Amino acid sequence: MTGHNHFRLGLVLLMAPLLIWLLSLIFIPHIDMLFLSLSEKVAPRVYETGLSNYAAFFNEPLYWNTFARTAVMSILATFLTLLIGFPVSYYIAKMVRGRVRAFLFIMCMIPFWVSELVRTFGWMILLRETGVISSFLVFTGLSEGPVELLYNDVTIMVGLVYTSMLFMVVPLVTTLDSLDDSLVEAGYDLGGNGLRVLRKVIIPHAMPGIVSGCIVVFMLSLGNYLTPVLLGGKDSMWFTEQIYTQFITRFNWEQGAAFGFLLLILSSLIVWGGLKITRQTLSNTMG
Amino acid sequence: MLKFKSTLSSVLVAGAFLATSVSGAQAETLRLLTWGGYAPDNVIELFKKETGIDVEVTKSNNEDMISKLRATGGAGFDLAQPSQDRIAGAQFEYDIYKPLDLSKIEAGQFISSMLEGTKSNTTVDGKIYGVPHIWGTSGLIVDKSKAGSVKDYTDLCSDAVAGKVSYRLKRPTLIGFAFSMGMDPFAAYGDTAAYQKILDAVEAKLISCKSNVKAYWSGGDALMNLIRSGEVTAAMAWDTGGWKLNQDMADVTFVAPKSGALGWIDTFALPRKTKAEDAAYKWINFVMQPKIAAMITASAGNFTASKGADEYAEDALKARFQDSFPPEAIDNIKWYPPVPAGIEDLEGKVLDRVKAASSN
Repeated sequence: MTGHNHFRLGLVLLMAPLLIWLLSLIFIPHIDMLFLSLSEKVAPRVYETGLSNYAAFFNEPLYWNTFARTAVMSILATFLTLLIGFPVSYYIAKMVRGRVRAFLFIMCMIPFWVSELVRTFGWMILLRETGVISSFLVFTGLSEGPVELLYNDVTIMVGLVYTSMLFMVVPLVTTLDSLDDSLVEAGYDLGGNGLRVLRKVIIPHAMPGIVSGCIVVFMLSLGNYLTPVLLGGKDSMWFTEQIYTQFITRFNWEQGAAFGFLLLILSSLIVWGGLKITRQTLSNTMG
Repeated sequence: MLKFKSTLSSVLVAGAFLATSVSGAQAETLRLLTWGGYAPDNVIELFKKETGIDVEVTKSNNEDMISKLRATGGAGFDLAQPSQDRIAGAQFEYDIYKPLDLSKIEAGQFISSMLEGTKSNTTVDGKIYGVPHIWGTSGLIVDKSKAGSVKDYTDLCSDAVAGKVSYRLKRPTLIGFAFSMGMDPFAAYGDTAAYQKILDAVEAKLISCKSNVKAYWSGGDALMNLIRSGEVTAAMAWDTGGWKLNQDMADVTFVAPKSGALGWIDTFALPRKTKAEDAAYKWINFVMQPKIAAMITASAGNFTASKGADEYAEDALKARFQDSFPPEAIDNIKWYPPVPAGIEDLEGKVLDRVKAASSN
């Protein structure tokens, strides 16, 4: 009996840091946010419980559109990151060995040693109207006047793909690394061409890496704040920006909290939908 | 979103820890929530020499001050400097400030008209929450060589400055445009329906001229950068910004708009859970001495409510002030009346819609 109790106590103590962490930093704030999101402001200092903050999201097309736009852009960014990241990862995992491989891997990581803010400002210095690229175009005579390359959707997309590339490359390199070369050779030996081997051997094997990379990149893009706001300028319209505004400049915490929960629910739904479509399961991907 | 939420909660937790740890009795510290330039290092040093109190400065803005104090119920700072029009509404809604004990403030150091005005504007339930510190205006910063035609807020929508305009997507922009479109938003403060009508008109105007805008600025430095590079030639901004640029770009200066510059007064207010009240009063009395006030004017670029500080102010700054403000422009300054609770919600919706509108 006492031995059993000891075991339980030990387990509880070992789990304590994790539990305290989860409880105090994730669980309790979320409960608090949930209550906050359910209180509607009827007049100054007068609050009632109700769903009007959630209703505002669906009734005001502006919020709804902002979310849809954020989701579509994030999905596109995820897709582009995969498209660019896959060949890169394949090259690192399969085509090169030893030092070159470590070097290339480090090169992918180096940009992430500086903060996201600095990286984004880097893009701004390059792309602004009086920036490096614009000046170069004018200098070489390719363009007659300065060109504004900032503040549009393409710039946001470039920024998003750039900031999330590493999170696609790392899981892909790991899964591709575990693919036995002989399987690829066997594919060719059995008469498959490059495309067929890619489709039937490499991609199925890399699927868990692709899916986990996609989930991470999608969530990062959706939750990104700096990149869309700084590179998108006056038309950025990002949902996290909307949440930030509600909290910080509008003092409308109730609305902000509701938006926060909607983002959590809707993004989970999108990921769930993505898993269903690709016939993957979460445990499969993470395992 | 997860990232955002966890950052927010960790900031709150960190803030709570900070608040408890600072309360321990070490050397006395005054935690000041203020604007850039309002507490320059040389003044802090002099204050420390005289009183032995350290001053810990956190730079902020009106919305941020209210958010920060709201998050902690008025804890974490010992003295704050919100604008006088933003105190009554915020106090009424969130109860974040503590009434001032005016007997601890040397009223003789203040310009009396400004002191009385601020006192009456920051009164809630018969208690006074603010005394004036620094005042100034917001209006237009214009590069006269390239955008000389800009004389009023609505001129920012003209074709002459297409794509070269910047302003903040905040309430001063709405108010400024309303005045320049011939309406009086301050008179409609008490009447929600009339105010909404004004906001609707301003919203339509701002959306129709969104394509003129280069970027909405949010920090003073970002705006300076845009104007210095020549990417922006006309902007809505504070007077000091224009005067600062004027020092190295002769063509750029602050212009008081035809419909009137908007006048603000930043105050001293005690957060509700201030832990160093005496130090706060000492700081107020210290910085309102004419000589010290002049040092703050030199750093912030704006004049103070300290009586007699003008004598010590830099001549160049006075000249710039007189250049931007001929006497009739001073009389035309529209001073912000206290913002009633509730109308910021209406303004927020308008600003959201302008932000979300497509620019063509």
